[in-house]
Amino acid sequence: MRIPLAALLGLFFTGLFFLMAIFAGWIAPYGMAEIVGDVWEPPSDQFLLGTDSIGRDLFSRMIYGGQTTIFIATAATALSFITGSVLGFFAAVSGGWVDQAISRFVDLIMSIPSLIFALVVLSVMPTTITILIVLMGLLDSTRVFRLARAVAVDITVMDFVEAARLRGEKTGWIIFREILPNALSPLVAEMGLRFIFAVLFVSTLSFLGLGVQPPQADWGGIVKENKEGINYGIAAALYPAYAIAVLCISINLVADWVLNRTTSLKGGRG
Amino acid sequence: MHPILKLVAQRVALGCLLLFAASVLIFAGTTILPGDVAQQILGQAATPENLANLRAELGLNDPPLTRYFSWLGGVMQGDLGTALTNGRDIAESLGDRLSNTLFLAFWAALISVPLAIFLGLLAVRYKDRWPDKLISGVTLTTISIPEFMIGYILIYWISIRFGWFSSVAIINDSMSLGQKLNAIAIPVMVLTLVVLAHMMRMTRAAILNVMQSAYIETAELKGMPMLKIIRKHAFPNAIAPIVNVVMINLAYLVVGVVVVEVVFAYPGMGQYLVDHVAKRDIPVVQACGLIFAAVYIGLNLVADIVSILANPRLRHPK
Amino acid sequence: MNDQLKYYSDRVTKGLMTRREFVGRAAALGVTAAVANSMLATAAKAAGPVKGGTIRMGIQGGESTNSLDPALAASAVPTVNLRNFGDCLVNVAPDGSIENRLAESIEASADAKTWNFKIRKGVEFHNGKSLTPDDVMRTMERHSNEDATSGALGIMQGIESMAVDGDNFQVTLSTPNADLPYLLADYHLQIQPDGGFDDPASGIGTGAYMIEVDEPGVRHLFKKNPNYWDDSIGHADEIEVLALNDTTARTAALQSGQVHIIDRVEPKIAQLLDRAPNVNVKSVSGPGHYVFIMHCNTAPFDNADLRMALKLAINREEMVDKILRGYGTTGNDFPINKAYPLFDDTIPQRTYDAALAAEHYKKSGHDGSPIILQVADGAFPGAVDAAALFQQSAQAAGIPLEIKREPNDGYWSEIWNVQPFCASYWSGRPVQDQMYSTAYLSTADWNDTRFFNDEFDALLNSAKAELDNTKRKEIYSQMANILRDEGGLICPMFNDSVEGVASNVGGWIEDPNLTIMNCMAGIKCWLDA
Repeated sequence: MRIPLAALLGLFFTGLFFLMAIFAGWIAPYGMAEIVGDVWEPPSDQFLLGTDSIGRDLFSRMIYGGQTTIFIATAATALSFITGSVLGFFAAVSGGWVDQAISRFVDLIMSIPSLIFALVVLSVMPTTITILIVLMGLLDSTRVFRLARAVAVDITVMDFVEAARLRGEKTGWIIFREILPNALSPLVAEMGLRFIFAVLFVSTLSFLGLGVQPPQADWGGIVKENKEGINYGIAAALYPAYAIAVLCISINLVADWVLNRTTSLKGGRG
Repeated sequence: MHPILKLVAQRVALGCLLLFAASVLIFAGTTILPGDVAQQILGQAATPENLANLRAELGLNDPPLTRYFSWLGGVMQGDLGTALTNGRDIAESLGDRLSNTLFLAFWAALISVPLAIFLGLLAVRYKDRWPDKLISGVTLTTISIPEFMIGYILIYWISIRFGWFSSVAIINDSMSLGQKLNAIAIPVMVLTLVVLAHMMRMTRAAILNVMQSAYIETAELKGMPMLKIIRKHAFPNAIAPIVNVVMINLAYLVVGVVVVEVVFAYPGMGQYLVDHVAKRDIPVVQACGLIFAAVYIGLNLVADIVSILANPRLRHPK
Repeated sequence: MNDQLKYYSDRVTKGLMTRREFVGRAAALGVTAAVANSMLATAAKAAGPVKGGTIRMGIQGGESTNSLDPALAASAVPTVNLRNFGDCLVNVAPDGSIENRLAESIEASADAKTWNFKIRKGVEFHNGKSLTPDDVMRTMERHSNEDATSGALGIMQGIESMAVDGDNFQVTLSTPNADLPYLLADYHLQIQPDGGFDDPASGIGTGAYMIEVDEPGVRHLFKKNPNYWDDSIGHADEIEVLALNDTTARTAALQSGQVHIIDRVEPKIAQLLDRAPNVNVKSVSGPGHYVFIMHCNTAPFDNADLRMALKLAINREEMVDKILRGYGTTGNDFPINKAYPLFDDTIPQRTYDAALAAEHYKKSGHDGSPIILQVADGAFPGAVDAAALFQQSAQAAGIPLEIKREPNDGYWSEIWNVQPFCASYWSGRPVQDQMYSTAYLSTADWNDTRFFNDEFDALLNSAKAELDNTKRKEIYSQMANILRDEGGLICPMFNDSVEGVASNVGGWIEDPNLTIMNCMAGIKCWLDA
């Protein structure tokens, strides 16, 4: 099996980021909250990326920030995919009033802008990482649900599903054995994007001051802490933005590759 | 009645029910938030006396159910009421904000939707060749940068360094269309960059999915040109997920642009809503929520109907 | 060299030389562009104000919930609006004295209990009605009667009765107060026709500008009032106030020339902004301060040793250095600095002492559980960063300080004045009496440190009636020491107001009262042609 170059690059950076996140405590040269230098020092041997708006080592903060961001985004994406696709398939296979009830409920939740929804919930609940993950995962699962259902509805009217029903297969069996394999490729394509959106959503929440607790940081929070410098050529806010971009692109390169492989498995021409 | 018409009628009725449910949800949500409008208005300057006075003045001492139904009664008669915080007619101030929001969304959509679909088709046509990779790469990059960051970077380069467009996107009625477009140029760019990738990638994925089918192979073997195959056979069959994702993004352009509004000080509905949520000004939050919900439900309705129309199996249920 | 420069700047003022030429010549004489520009501003000031044009201001703190009702103004944009369209009886001048506005003269009885304000004649409201002493009294009534919702209600409490006598408006106080004019200079107390009882948010006042467009949270446009009674202010034809709440957006707007004046420049970027072409950064120190407040009656902060430990565990110099970037001065755990009259500058400065802090912490017998400090970005600019610094310096003293960030939304109603230990700010008051009465008297509405000290209260009341300034200063000094050693206030820094001004703005003066020249930059400044 030959892995294309793009996917290799994607795998490399994704792997690198995840490894850095896992081993943050060992890699980071300084503590996350430790004040070690002056404000916005330029990169040097001592501080690889310079220092941040109050004199903490930016490189260390980036590593710890990556840990937070990746953990939250991964967990939230996983949650949203499991909830969203299972519900979506279930609705599509069941049809009738079950489909209507679930779909309309999802419409109801989606009809309230998710940012506003998050803002309201987070202003009542304590902002812990668990609550962030659950909130983001559930809000995002509505989007996954719509896509999963749309794809699955097209599949459920196929003859092979009909045949399975007539054989008397259970709903669960139909979902996992008939629908899932056939719906996988658009879902995988979506998964990459949803992960990006999860990363961006955490960043946006941090930008609006509702993200993780200080002195912990996520990449969005580091952007926010340093954004005033942008207009004057201070790059501190750009590094986390680069990091977000590189991570997202890598993930999607991998997702694209998986997408191609799964379509090959389906017996198409690839 | 034609079954499709019947389906549409059903969906519209359901939509109205949903709107009602949404208004209850929003009311309940904002009511359970700690703090009330009186406290928020007076802020740090609140004393027990003026708090009590203001609460009485605004009718906050009525039970929540009474307040909800008097609001609902007003809406039924087309009266959105007045804002508790500044006593302005909600319909009037909301109208201005809504038209601003739609103005921005319209121009962003006008550029991004055709561009996304065109780029998606182009990527399929040149699949795995450099145009595909370039398009994927560029759109992926733009979607991967937080939108406030894109905003700041564009402001720095376009507005401060080159002085082409304005960094503050405040528009008003006395401006000509040209002036308004100049003011919203950078926000439109940001929004286009933000929504482009999602739509483009879904277009590409959906069409590629269809391209695996036997009938495409047949068409190809017939010697049909690639673009014609995409246009005549692949695109119509991929329309459902594409419309779906386009609608999600259109809805985003209307309801989800708070951050862009903050960065460019654009007088749209998002900032208006956030301000009033912060002040617990429930009638305004209700009215905004209702409009957002209506936009969402309406666009989803369109997506549903298009999917039904596009799929012959759904169009003619057995 | 000086004469030569002066000659050049005169030529610029007279229009015989362009600004660019001048900066070039000045550079040839070894003068930097910034200095040259400010010399020009001085020259232009000497040449007198320029009439006409539209002054645009980008201000933080404007929401779509704002109203033109003076009673409800709480943030910066509504306050600037009030200054544009309205007048108070008196203003606090930049030098701290009282400047008569709609009051032509002020007389007080010897016991400072009865006050007589002679109301200016020939002043017209924007709707054509003439100002009468009745309007003044009705306005004061609206801010102080039992239905009042005004932000000024707190300061109106000492008034026993009010009356109109011919051209005079008379106030009788229940307790003597030598500082009454300072109280009536509060920006909420704009005089409105019939006190604004019929239509409080009409935007009709006696001010130099009339409201033309009112879009709350977006923009407010004002046109010059042709009948204004005071020719010395109101030079521009129009003032446009834009609500630009995002810091980066605000500085970008100033740099790209879309606005002339912005408030609240982040200290972090002040020097960088100052280097940008055609922009000057102005800063002025004032009574505003950033604080961490503990409730003296709530565990664990009811323990005096723990309070002292925390006070010693904060590094004030580092805060001024890193949070204010030098645009400010260190605090000394009482809310008064040299911006106030009768300030005692001999009180020793408290400094960071980890060892002594650790000692007090040990003595307090605290069980070692985390001490939670609640903070929000909106508590004051850089609040979260300041809390992070505090945590680090406290950790060095072995004090387990933990930060909990709260959302901005609801911070002032849910956290401040409710939770036992949080971050906050005070914009300060013109006189010491008002600052102490507002927040440190046992019975104060905003006793946000839950400070109940009978000796302190007694001293405050005796100071109110004391007309001898030497004795008064002594009393205030005693109070400051009590608060510094026993109070719940940790005051690490007094912040300067830092503002950005385009270099073609003339008439800028330092005013320590409120931001952007006591919110009067629009009506006092002009645009050089």
